[in-house]
Amino acid sequence: MTLLAILQVVILVLIVAGSILAVWLKDLLASVIALAGSSLLLALQFYLLQAPDVAIAEAGVGAALTTAIFVLAIRKTQRKEEE
Amino acid sequence: MSVVVRTIARILVPVILAFGGYVILHGHLTPGGGFQGGAVAASAVALLLVAFGAPSLKKLKSPLSVLEDLGGIAFVVLAFLGIGTTFFFNLLAGSGGLFGAASPIGPNAGFLNTGGTVPLMNWAVGFKVLGGLGAVMVLFGLFGGDDDR
Repeated sequence: MTLLAILQVVILVLIVAGSILAVWLKDLLASVIALAGSSLLLALQFYLLQAPDVAIAEAGVGAALTTAIFVLAIRKTQRKEEE
Repeated sequence: MSVVVRTIARILVPVILAFGGYVILHGHLTPGGGFQGGAVAASAVALLLVAFGAPSLKKLKSPLSVLEDLGGIAFVVLAFLGIGTTFFFNLLAGSGGLFGAASPIGPNAGFLNTGGTVPLMNWAVGFKVLGGLGAVMVLFGLFGGDDDR
Protein backbone atom coordinates (compact mmCIF):
# COMPACT_ATOMS: atom_id res chain seq x y z
CA MET A 1 0.00 0.00 0.00
CA THR A 2 1.13 3.50 -0.70
CA LEU A 3 1.47 6.14 1.98
CA LEU A 4 -1.69 7.91 0.80
CA ALA A 5 -3.77 4.73 1.06
CA ILE A 6 -2.48 4.09 4.60
CA LEU A 7 -3.34 7.70 5.55
CA GLN A 8 -6.85 7.29 4.17
CA VAL A 9 -7.40 4.06 6.14
CA VAL A 10 -6.16 5.77 9.32
CA ILE A 11 -8.55 8.70 8.73
CA LEU A 12 -11.50 6.35 8.11
CA VAL A 13 -10.74 4.42 11.33
CA LEU A 14 -10.57 7.75 13.23
CA ILE A 15 -13.92 8.83 11.73
CA VAL A 16 -15.56 5.60 12.96
CA ALA A 17 -13.87 5.99 16.37
CA GLY A 18 -15.11 9.58 16.68
CA SER A 19 -18.65 8.58 15.74
CA ILE A 20 -18.68 5.72 18.29
CA LEU A 21 -17.30 8.15 20.91
CA ALA A 22 -20.07 10.64 20.09
CA VAL A 23 -22.71 7.98 20.82
CA TRP A 24 -20.93 6.51 23.85
CA LEU A 25 -20.09 9.67 25.81
CA LYS A 26 -22.53 10.75 28.53
CA ASP A 27 -21.30 14.37 28.61
CA LEU A 28 -23.19 15.85 25.67
CA LEU A 29 -20.76 18.74 25.09
CA ALA A 30 -17.86 16.28 24.73
CA SER A 31 -20.10 14.19 22.45
CA VAL A 32 -20.74 17.20 20.19
CA ILE A 33 -17.00 17.95 20.03
CA ALA A 34 -16.30 14.31 19.07
CA LEU A 35 -18.91 14.62 16.30
CA ALA A 36 -17.28 17.87 15.09
CA GLY A 37 -13.86 16.21 14.99
CA SER A 38 -15.33 13.27 13.08
CA SER A 39 -16.89 15.72 10.60
CA LEU A 40 -13.60 17.59 10.16
CA LEU A 41 -11.79 14.30 9.43
CA LEU A 42 -14.52 13.49 6.89
CA ALA A 43 -13.77 16.84 5.21
CA LEU A 44 -10.07 15.92 5.10
CA GLN A 45 -10.99 12.58 3.53
CA PHE A 46 -13.10 14.37 0.87
CA TYR A 47 -10.08 16.57 0.13
CA LEU A 48 -7.79 13.55 -0.24
CA LEU A 49 -10.34 11.97 -2.61
CA GLN A 50 -10.00 15.02 -4.94
CA ALA A 51 -13.32 16.64 -4.00
CA PRO A 52 -12.27 20.02 -2.51
CA ASP A 53 -15.69 21.52 -3.30
CA VAL A 54 -17.48 19.00 -1.07
CA ALA A 55 -14.72 19.34 1.54
CA ILE A 56 -15.34 23.09 1.96
CA ALA A 57 -19.09 22.52 2.28
CA GLU A 58 -18.56 19.69 4.79
CA ALA A 59 -16.11 21.73 6.87
CA GLY A 60 -18.40 24.76 6.86
CA VAL A 61 -21.71 23.06 7.54
CA GLY A 62 -20.67 19.87 9.35
CA ALA A 63 -17.91 21.13 11.60
CA ALA A 64 -19.02 24.71 12.27
CA LEU A 65 -22.77 25.24 11.90
CA THR A 66 -24.14 21.97 13.34
CA THR A 67 -21.68 22.24 16.23
CA ALA A 68 -22.90 25.75 17.02
CA ILE A 69 -26.55 24.64 16.84
CA PHE A 70 -25.86 21.64 19.12
CA VAL A 71 -24.00 23.85 21.61
CA LEU A 72 -26.95 26.28 21.65
CA ALA A 73 -29.37 23.37 22.19
CA ILE A 74 -27.25 22.03 25.08
CA ARG A 75 -27.25 25.52 26.61
CA LYS A 76 -31.05 25.58 26.48
CA THR A 77 -31.43 22.08 28.02
CA GLN A 78 -29.02 20.09 30.19
CA ARG A 79 -25.44 18.98 29.71
CA LYS A 80 -25.47 15.46 31.16
CA GLU A 81 -27.37 12.60 29.61
CA GLU A 82 -29.70 10.77 32.01
CA GLU A 83 -29.13 7.08 32.68
CA MET B 1 -18.56 32.55 27.53
CA SER B 2 -15.25 33.53 29.11
CA VAL B 3 -13.24 36.63 28.22
CA VAL B 4 -10.72 34.47 26.33
CA VAL B 5 -13.42 33.18 23.98
CA ARG B 6 -14.83 36.69 23.47
CA THR B 7 -11.44 38.20 22.63
CA ILE B 8 -10.54 35.42 20.19
CA ALA B 9 -14.00 35.75 18.59
CA ARG B 10 -13.50 39.51 18.10
CA ILE B 11 -10.20 38.79 16.31
CA LEU B 12 -11.42 35.83 14.24
CA VAL B 13 -14.80 37.07 12.96
CA PRO B 14 -13.37 39.55 10.37
CA VAL B 15 -10.90 36.88 9.21
CA ILE B 16 -13.67 34.29 8.73
CA LEU B 17 -15.85 36.81 6.86
CA ALA B 18 -12.92 37.73 4.59
CA PHE B 19 -12.24 34.06 3.83
CA GLY B 20 -15.92 33.49 3.02
CA GLY B 21 -15.82 36.47 0.67
CA TYR B 22 -12.67 35.07 -0.95
CA VAL B 23 -14.33 31.69 -1.57
CA ILE B 24 -17.39 33.42 -3.11
CA LEU B 25 -15.31 35.87 -5.22
CA HIS B 26 -13.19 33.07 -6.72
CA GLY B 27 -16.19 30.77 -7.11
CA HIS B 28 -15.95 30.58 -10.90
CA LEU B 29 -12.19 29.82 -10.87
CA THR B 30 -11.41 27.61 -7.86
CA PRO B 31 -13.32 25.04 -5.77
CA GLY B 32 -16.11 26.59 -3.77
CA GLY B 33 -18.72 29.12 -4.73
CA GLY B 34 -21.84 30.74 -3.40
CA PHE B 35 -23.02 28.04 -1.03
CA GLN B 36 -19.59 27.14 0.35
CA GLY B 37 -18.53 30.74 0.89
CA GLY B 38 -21.89 31.61 2.42
CA ALA B 39 -21.63 28.66 4.82
CA VAL B 40 -18.09 29.73 5.80
CA ALA B 41 -19.28 33.30 6.40
CA ALA B 42 -22.28 32.03 8.38
CA SER B 43 -19.89 30.20 10.71
CA ALA B 44 -18.73 33.69 11.78
CA VAL B 45 -22.31 34.35 12.91
CA ALA B 46 -22.23 31.00 14.72
CA LEU B 47 -19.02 32.01 16.50
CA LEU B 48 -20.55 35.34 17.57
CA LEU B 49 -23.65 33.48 18.79
CA VAL B 50 -21.68 30.99 20.90
CA ALA B 51 -19.30 33.64 22.26
CA PHE B 52 -21.69 36.51 23.08
CA GLY B 53 -25.07 34.76 23.47
CA ALA B 54 -28.20 35.17 21.39
CA PRO B 55 -29.83 38.18 23.21
CA SER B 56 -26.92 40.48 22.26
CA LEU B 57 -27.40 39.51 18.59
CA LYS B 58 -31.16 40.18 18.54
CA LYS B 59 -30.75 43.27 16.35
CA LEU B 60 -28.90 41.18 13.74
CA LYS B 61 -32.02 39.12 12.99
CA SER B 62 -33.89 41.41 10.58
CA PRO B 63 -30.77 42.56 8.59
CA LEU B 64 -29.89 38.90 7.97
CA SER B 65 -33.46 38.20 6.88
CA VAL B 66 -33.41 41.18 4.48
CA LEU B 67 -30.02 40.01 3.15
CA GLU B 68 -31.52 36.61 2.36
CA ASP B 69 -34.44 38.22 0.47
CA LEU B 70 -32.09 40.49 -1.51
CA GLY B 71 -29.91 37.49 -2.47
CA GLY B 72 -32.86 35.52 -3.78
CA ILE B 73 -34.25 38.50 -5.72
CA ALA B 74 -30.81 39.29 -7.21
CA PHE B 75 -30.40 35.68 -8.37
CA VAL B 76 -33.77 35.65 -10.16
CA VAL B 77 -33.18 39.10 -11.70
CA LEU B 78 -29.76 38.00 -13.00
CA ALA B 79 -31.35 34.86 -14.43
CA PHE B 80 -34.01 36.98 -16.18
CA LEU B 81 -31.34 39.32 -17.66
CA GLY B 82 -30.83 36.92 -20.56
CA ILE B 83 -34.53 36.22 -21.18
CA GLY B 84 -34.11 37.61 -24.71
CA THR B 85 -32.32 34.36 -25.63
CA THR B 86 -33.14 31.90 -22.85
CA PHE B 87 -33.62 31.91 -19.08
CA PHE B 88 -30.14 31.93 -17.42
CA PHE B 89 -28.47 33.11 -20.67
CA ASN B 90 -25.07 34.61 -19.80
CA LEU B 91 -25.55 38.09 -21.26
CA LEU B 92 -22.54 39.74 -19.57
CA ALA B 93 -19.89 37.19 -20.62
CA GLY B 94 -17.41 38.81 -23.00
CA SER B 95 -19.27 42.14 -23.02
CA GLY B 96 -16.33 44.06 -21.54
CA GLY B 97 -18.11 45.34 -18.44
CA LEU B 98 -18.04 43.99 -14.89
CA PHE B 99 -16.70 40.39 -15.00
CA GLY B 100 -17.03 40.73 -18.77
CA ALA B 101 -13.50 40.13 -20.09
CA ALA B 102 -13.18 37.42 -22.71
CA SER B 103 -11.77 34.12 -21.43
CA PRO B 104 -8.34 33.35 -22.92
CA ILE B 105 -7.97 30.20 -25.00
CA GLY B 106 -5.71 27.39 -23.81
CA PRO B 107 -4.22 26.50 -20.42
CA ASN B 108 -4.03 29.49 -18.06
CA ALA B 109 -4.18 30.28 -14.37
CA GLY B 110 -7.70 31.69 -14.61
CA PHE B 111 -8.63 35.36 -14.63
CA LEU B 112 -10.92 36.93 -12.04
CA ASN B 113 -12.56 39.40 -14.42
CA THR B 114 -14.32 36.73 -16.51
CA GLY B 115 -17.51 34.74 -16.22
CA GLY B 116 -20.28 37.27 -16.89
CA THR B 117 -23.29 36.70 -14.64
CA VAL B 118 -21.79 33.59 -12.96
CA PRO B 119 -19.73 35.48 -10.31
CA LEU B 120 -22.64 37.87 -9.66
CA MET B 121 -24.94 34.85 -9.14
CA ASN B 122 -22.30 33.41 -6.80
CA TRP B 123 -22.51 36.61 -4.73
CA ALA B 124 -26.32 36.42 -4.73
CA VAL B 125 -26.28 32.79 -3.55
CA GLY B 126 -23.57 33.62 -1.00
CA PHE B 127 -25.60 36.44 0.56
CA LYS B 128 -28.70 34.27 0.55
CA VAL B 129 -26.94 31.39 2.33
CA LEU B 130 -25.27 33.76 4.83
CA GLY B 131 -28.59 35.45 5.58
CA GLY B 132 -30.60 32.23 5.75
CA LEU B 133 -28.24 30.19 7.93
CA GLY B 134 -27.43 33.20 10.14
CA ALA B 135 -31.11 34.08 10.68
CA VAL B 136 -31.96 30.43 11.44
CA MET B 137 -29.19 30.22 14.04
CA VAL B 138 -30.06 33.56 15.68
CA LEU B 139 -33.73 32.53 15.88
CA PHE B 140 -32.73 29.14 17.32
CA GLY B 141 -30.64 30.89 19.95
CA LEU B 142 -33.46 33.29 20.82
CA PHE B 143 -36.04 30.49 21.19
CA GLY B 144 -37.23 29.83 24.73
CA GLY B 145 -35.59 31.54 27.69
CA ASP B 146 -33.08 34.36 27.30
CA ASP B 147 -30.18 33.20 29.50
CA ASP B 148 -26.88 34.73 28.39
CA ARG B 149 -24.42 32.16 29.72
